[in-house]
Amino acid sequence: MLYEQIASNKRRTGYVMFGFGLLVLALGAALGDVFWSNWVSGTIIAAVVAGVYMAIMISQSTNVVMSMNHAKEITSVDQAPQLWHMIEDMALVGKVPMPRVFIIDDPSPNAFATGNDPAHAAVAVTTGIMDRLDREELEGVIGHEISHVRNYDIRLQTIALALSSAIGLLVSFANNWFWWGGSRRRSDDRDSGGNIIGLVISILLIILAPLAASIAQMALSRNREYLADASSVALTRNPQGLISALRKIDDSQPMRAADPNSSALYIGDPFKNKKKMGDLFATHPPIADRIARLEKM
Amino acid sequence: MGWIILIVVVAILAIWYVSAYNGLIKTRTYVQESWSQIDVQLKRRNDLIPNLVSTTKGYANYEQGTLKKVVALRNQLTAIPADDHQKTMAVSNELSTTLRSLFALSENYPDLKANTQFTNLMEELTNTENKIAYSRQLYNSSVASMTVKIQSFPSNIVAKIHNFQGSEYLQVPEEEKTTPKVNFDDFK
Repeated sequence: MLYEQIASNKRRTGYVMFGFGLLVLALGAALGDVFWSNWVSGTIIAAVVAGVYMAIMISQSTNVVMSMNHAKEITSVDQAPQLWHMIEDMALVGKVPMPRVFIIDDPSPNAFATGNDPAHAAVAVTTGIMDRLDREELEGVIGHEISHVRNYDIRLQTIALALSSAIGLLVSFANNWFWWGGSRRRSDDRDSGGNIIGLVISILLIILAPLAASIAQMALSRNREYLADASSVALTRNPQGLISALRKIDDSQPMRAADPNSSALYIGDPFKNKKKMGDLFATHPPIADRIARLEKM
Repeated sequence: MGWIILIVVVAILAIWYVSAYNGLIKTRTYVQESWSQIDVQLKRRNDLIPNLVSTTKGYANYEQGTLKKVVALRNQLTAIPADDHQKTMAVSNELSTTLRSLFALSENYPDLKANTQFTNLMEELTNTENKIAYSRQLYNSSVASMTVKIQSFPSNIVAKIHNFQGSEYLQVPEEEKTTPKVNFDDFK
């Protein structure tokens, strides 16, 4: 089952890269068409932006994600012995190398894992989670994160994050141009009806691309949370620890400065969105559902 | 034509034989490695116990009886021959239980709990205890996968020829016996 999951994650990483790649190129074409009446140059710019993003993310993913979330690395066991020991334990029993360890100075309890593969993985926890959770609870959380590492969820998430950031960047370019240079379209020489339709499609694409990106990212993450919860219990043999950890994470204030693009990485939604936009946009399955599944074990 | 088929069949059998043999060797190595991980932690705990005795020396009334038992068990543990895994773990489990009760009792000694040397030592010992438990979990799962290989057809043929012996599971202490049932079938 686990091997199937890992294989399917690697395969899906491929699909995600392909799908997002197409989306980025389509968006570039749309932008080029709207602003310069030239979709080719838009496509090329988008390809370059996405390519640079991907290259940076793949080589620097851990550092980039950690700095976006204001996480500081600790490099020796003495800086946080309990945390360090727990990560060591879970890496041992999960059969992955010891990941790098980061701490986020934030009173809200939360944690996430990132990296390209188990050999280049990192786990970050907030100071809040270390203060509020006891050893068994925190062990459940670390088990959950180590499961993300072992299942290659982290690679899928990293790539998805890179691509949706690239889309975000392109769209913010577009927004700037709308205000500062967008009127060039009016004075050009193409004014047939077909172009109006093209324009509408392009604008729709510019509006919808970030949405599509975020929906894809959410859908990727939800089932994975259930799976990581179950894998965590398989490691710790202690569902109660994770159950009460999830309760404490649920029953707390939002994080102060989490990066919105990384919210799907966290074990609990860092912004505490209470289903305002409907289930489609939820990065995380409701904690009550996760607890119910754990209680059945 | 016939001898070509024969050569192909023999070659396939030989490749299968070698890979089955290597698979068995690999699982046996995993079992040995996971035992050595337990062993490292057991030694570490043996080294920590004298520190526990010296740190608590100033607190004359600190659970002398339990502490004596801990030291006795530790000495017993070092006397067991290295290859007797079952006996080692039996004594180790008893030592774990005694240490755990010692930790629980330390709640009654506020002075001791305020001593950073003692709290550091507690963390070290708890860490070692947890690592023993997790390495044992790892050991038992490697033993399980080795047992499957030794018993299931057709790799059991190779195992018989080369006389591979399964290892015994390590006993888990009573209080840890309730293992939750994790069912991954919901996630397909």
